[in-house]
Amino acid sequence: MSGAFTKSMARNIFYGGTVFFFLLFLALSFDTHSQLPKRDMRQNITPQIAEGKKLWEVNNCIGCHTLMGEGAYFAPELGNVVVRYGDEGVKAFIQSRPKDGIPGRRSMPQFNFTDEQLNAIVAFLKHVNSINDANWPPNDQG
Amino acid sequence: MQYKSQAVAKPYFIAAIGLFVGQILFGLILGLQYVLGDFLFPAIPFNVARMVHTNLLIVWLLFGFMGGAYYMIPEESETELFSPKLALALFWIFLVAGALTIVGYLAVPYATLAELTGNNLLETMGREFLEQPLPTKLGIVVVALAFLFNITMTVLKGKKTSISIVLLLGLWGLAVFFLFSFYNPVNVVLDKFFWWWTVHLWVEGVWELILGSFLAFVLIKTTGVDREVIEKWLYVIVTLTLITGIIGTGHHYFWIGTPEYWQWWGSIFSALEPIPFFAMTVFAFNMVNRRRREHPNKAAVLWALGTGVMAFLGAGVWGFLHTLAPVNYYTHGTQITAAHGHMAFYGAYAMVNLMMISYAMPILRGRAANGNKSQVLEMWSFWLMTVAMVFITLFLTAAGILQVWLQRVSDTPLPFMVAQEKIQLFYWMREWAGVAFLIGLILYIASFFAGGDEKEAA
Ligand code: HEM
Ligand code: HEM
Ligand SMILES: [Fe+2]
Repeated sequence: MSGAFTKSMARNIFYGGTVFFFLLFLALSFDTHSQLPKRDMRQNITPQIAEGKKLWEVNNCIGCHTLMGEGAYFAPELGNVVVRYGDEGVKAFIQSRPKDGIPGRRSMPQFNFTDEQLNAIVAFLKHVNSINDANWPPNDQG
Repeated sequence: MQYKSQAVAKPYFIAAIGLFVGQILFGLILGLQYVLGDFLFPAIPFNVARMVHTNLLIVWLLFGFMGGAYYMIPEESETELFSPKLALALFWIFLVAGALTIVGYLAVPYATLAELTGNNLLETMGREFLEQPLPTKLGIVVVALAFLFNITMTVLKGKKTSISIVLLLGLWGLAVFFLFSFYNPVNVVLDKFFWWWTVHLWVEGVWELILGSFLAFVLIKTTGVDREVIEKWLYVIVTLTLITGIIGTGHHYFWIGTPEYWQWWGSIFSALEPIPFFAMTVFAFNMVNRRRREHPNKAAVLWALGTGVMAFLGAGVWGFLHTLAPVNYYTHGTQITAAHGHMAFYGAYAMVNLMMISYAMPILRGRAANGNKSQVLEMWSFWLMTVAMVFITLFLTAAGILQVWLQRVSDTPLPFMVAQEKIQLFYWMREWAGVAFLIGLILYIASFFAGGDEKEAA
């Protein structure tokens, strides 16, 4: 760096640039918020779906699975699992996990959910599937 | 050591290394569960081991950052720490809170932990990296604020160097963006949107300020290059970081329900994010080449150069690999992501902490640098861990490419689990590379106990 470019110039560019791009980011975020209602299907969120999201969280499902591609990579994507299995299929799968796992295979815990809880989880997963996420994943296998 | 109060850094560094060992042991458990699916099941399911692995990582990095700041700030400010007692009290609070959290993860089912710790009052748990129970999250905020108070007061009463200012901005940013972890709306798109304000704006924003500031400090100390030059570089680097990294957040807004224009904003700005990492590497090599003195601590200089290179590879090159929207469409949430996450975290944040520890620990133990035997051992551990991490990354990348191909690109896409079985070989190789990493870490710890001829007193 040549002598003409001083430390105080570098500092000013740092503060100016940071403030400018942070404000630009805020503006984009603000615009995103005005567009989201058309994409995130919030009008369909029922107490049951909210309950499903809570169950998703307090059982740490994200610790093995991805949801819209985010999470862990140990087990399948669940944002579109209702497409692969259907509502009843998802419930049957969750219910039928053996308590002690499957010898030699990646095993999912048995959570002992009630029917009501299973319905809430499926409602949440169906809701996630309905979100307009720019056609991700590339195919039904997730 | 120049200021007595710098000594509070020592327990922080020791705790950081201890937690690092725990992180790696759980990494090896995870790696085994990838190939022997029911390993330790149902005692420690994968999701529990993963929380322990990633949360220990975050906590040990935070211990490292705090220790580094306590060491560096008095020397930069040319004054004793505002309150060494507070720093020591916070150390114990943070350590006990962290330990209890890990015990909680392992001892009771996560849902029970949520129930017991008041998740019903404010639902914040069960999101990746932010799994901590509410009391832990609040504890983190309290500790962070008290810590910030302590070092901000120190800077205010002493000299205000650019290195300190950049560090303070980074640390305050860390605390501020953590607050988004308390925001968890039922609308899952909004939840994800703001989750990244913690996660992305940490690692690709404010943490890079901490990284740059530590690196600049150690380079000044070990090379003797003029402060004006080093601080100018530092400003240029952190400018590049924030003007690319803030809007670069958009690379996480491609497929989570956010508008399509993020595919442009995110791709373009995040494609520029490697530049500051590249600048850091050039910076480190440049300063070392222009050195005015031969510092006896060769190991610390090696870590400084290493963190530049590995951060550039892990964050810059492996980040760029999957950051353009048309590529990310296929690689999103695969082993490619894991490959990048590993090398980036190791290269940037693990290594910069190890650099600071390497530089400061000998001085805290009353010598300018460790003896020859100890340094040689430390350099061996540097190479072992770093090369092991390169292989972990390469194996995961291979696994990821095959996964994407088999599951997402091919004309007859395979189900997830079927594709996973076909790429087992790479997971086995990753696990063996992980064992090599652990051996490197053991050597690292051994280097602290290797005596040998000690260099002149500090
Ligand atoms: C012995 C070496 C290690 C092994 C075998 C290992 C293994 C793993 C595994 C299996 C996962 C879970 C991946 C998934 O979700 O499916 C993981 C996650 C993670 N590990 Fe490691 N790990 C090791 C060392 C490290 C090191 C040294 C670091 C950083 C310094 C690290 C940082 C991470 C991070 C950040 C994640 C989350 C990744 C993401 O969400 O993409 N690990 N690790
Ligand atoms: C030291 C800096 C960095 C660290 C520690 C880091 C770490 C990570 C981690 C842990 C994830 C996985 C998050 C999750 O679990 O969902 C991730 C995702 C990602 N990172 Fe980085 N990263 C860094 C820098 C970068 C840079 C500079 C780029 C771009 C050039 C980049 C591009 C990406 C992309 C595109 C994803 C999303 C992957 C996906 O779609 O699954 N990262 N990063
Ligand atoms: Fe990012």
